[in-house]
Amino acid sequence: MNRITQCLQDLKADGRKALVSYVVSGDPSLGATLPVMHELVEQGVNIIELGVAFSDPMADGPVIQLGHERALANGVSLRATLAVVKEFRQTNQYTPIVLMGYANPVLRMGYSEFADAALDAGIDGLLTVDLPPEESIELNLELKRVGIEDIYLIAPTTKPERIKKIASLAGGFLYYVSLKGVTGAGHLDIDSVAAKVSEIRELTDLPLCVGFGIKDAATAKSVGQLADGVVVGSALVSVMGDCAGASGKDVAKALVDVVKPLRLGLDEL
Amino acid sequence: MNINDNSKNQPEIAVDYKSFPDALGRFGDYGGRFVSETLIPALDQLDELYTRLKDDSTFQAEFDHDLAHYVGRPSPLYYAERLSRDVGGAQIYLKREDLNHTGAHKVNNTIGQALLAKHTGKKRIIAETGAGQHGVATATVAARLGLECQVFMGEEDVRRQALNVYRMKLLGAEVIPVTSGSKTLKDAMNEAMRDWATNVDDTFYIIGTVAGPHPYPLLVRDFQSVIGREARRQSLEQIGRLPDALVACVGGGSNAIGLFHPFLEDKDVSIYGVEAGGDGVETGRHAAPLNDGIPGILHGNRTYLMEDEDGQIIETHSVSAGLDYPGVGPEHSWLKDIGRANYVAINDQEALTSFRRLTQIEGIMPALESSHAVAYAEKLARDLDKDKVIIVNLSGRGDKDILTVAEIDGIKV
Repeated sequence: MNRITQCLQDLKADGRKALVSYVVSGDPSLGATLPVMHELVEQGVNIIELGVAFSDPMADGPVIQLGHERALANGVSLRATLAVVKEFRQTNQYTPIVLMGYANPVLRMGYSEFADAALDAGIDGLLTVDLPPEESIELNLELKRVGIEDIYLIAPTTKPERIKKIASLAGGFLYYVSLKGVTGAGHLDIDSVAAKVSEIRELTDLPLCVGFGIKDAATAKSVGQLADGVVVGSALVSVMGDCAGASGKDVAKALVDVVKPLRLGLDEL
Repeated sequence: MNINDNSKNQPEIAVDYKSFPDALGRFGDYGGRFVSETLIPALDQLDELYTRLKDDSTFQAEFDHDLAHYVGRPSPLYYAERLSRDVGGAQIYLKREDLNHTGAHKVNNTIGQALLAKHTGKKRIIAETGAGQHGVATATVAARLGLECQVFMGEEDVRRQALNVYRMKLLGAEVIPVTSGSKTLKDAMNEAMRDWATNVDDTFYIIGTVAGPHPYPLLVRDFQSVIGREARRQSLEQIGRLPDALVACVGGGSNAIGLFHPFLEDKDVSIYGVEAGGDGVETGRHAAPLNDGIPGILHGNRTYLMEDEDGQIIETHSVSAGLDYPGVGPEHSWLKDIGRANYVAINDQEALTSFRRLTQIEGIMPALESSHAVAYAEKLARDLDKDKVIIVNLSGRGDKDILTVAEIDGIKV
């Protein structure tokens, strides 16, 4: 069984919620990513989303854009990111890893070559922000060929028939984007999240993680009670921005203050 | 150069050009809708609206009325006799889009999209701009319709195009400098997309070129096709036949597709799109993805791009801010692949030489973008007989570039 599905099943059996964290590979330094990944697991993160930097991150807000820019300035690439995951897998065989990014770097490598390389590195899922279902068939088939889950976004504006279409292609979990707009945007309207989540639940049995706008224990908790997991991104990448020049170990430590309260918040549910 | 060799200008099988893009916005392998899920309903809505209005006679009448009475169409098809004689070869005709209100072809599209915006009832308009021509054309229609207008512009372009920035401000628009990435047109487009994703309920995004997610490449093409329809009619009326060749500059490619599209089925008409060669295509410092790029995904569509081996978009170089873009409209990528259009490049120096020549011997100062088309037409004309006819899209006037040219001349204005 794919690690993502296993992880979410185990958590559900324990009555716990998944904490999903997003950091950009190569941010704030190439060397920081591996220690950061291990520290995130140490602090109770269940699924790691690793951002693959792109020169034009059109769906991301200013905080994550800067993360992408820092990582690219450090010379990160899709291949370098796969290498970091391979290294991570030498000591961690259980934490699911999802790559999250934009289509062009994957297209440039070639969908088929990427699928093989990702499987070899120990990747469990891929979320390509700019490949909605109409555009993702080719890559979706390659991912299915190697057993990597294709993860899709659902937006507040996504209509029921589209949700069904997306769910028919998706694996692992569905990622509900709880706000209109870009990552790191404004405040969270929990009532509208609740309404949309129950709509999605009626249309699919796939686990549901909710992201965009989760930054502290309170938001994690209120969203966590509606979903199978919560995704935290900008709050972590923002810390990375303050870590210029810090050692990998120090960067990892700096994240503890953000992650720990989220885990505690979720575990109160 | 033999432009009568039709094998070079025609696909091997007959193509029904009017049937593209398909329902998913594809021109062969190109185009489509590569955006985050958040934007899909907004694009669907725009697609439905446009599908409904494009064949609506009231909407078309409104559009035609504005083009005639506000833009000043039809624009002349002018025989540049002195230039033709000076070059020594084919007859060069200029389609005078520089004479439009606001000084470029851009306004044809902003008029059309503003009419669409009016139908949606949205009160806020946003746009991206590079050289500032599309920003000015958008600010202009927004002023006329009393709509709030914000224009995203790379910080680097704000500096390079100070005059247009001030024009937009005078028109009541707010110019928002974009500081991310390379601080140019592509980053302005990223930022406009982000804004649109956030404010989609009350905001209409007017894209300035035939790129972006479907239906933008379709609707911008349709609005700009007035250029080619007029040129075709004028050619028949004034010359008594169709031209032998069309030449237009290609950044995103809206003026070019506007001229080309109504001629695609005229298989004896050769088509040339001219990209910005910058320091020369061989140097890698240029903005010519159709000459030296590969197909990739950016700004909502699959098209030829300038990128590195990791799939990261690279910086482009051109003396002309309007051509300084790493992608190109997907229909051009398709026309290249099927062989209906030829895409060539003209470097900065050649464009500047043609800028001066046209200014001096015809009294017409072309935009630096359009100067690329003029330069290629001169090359083409030289090798052709005097009875051949070339139509060049003079897509904009050069007033906005005076400071750039003065700076190159070492003159402080």
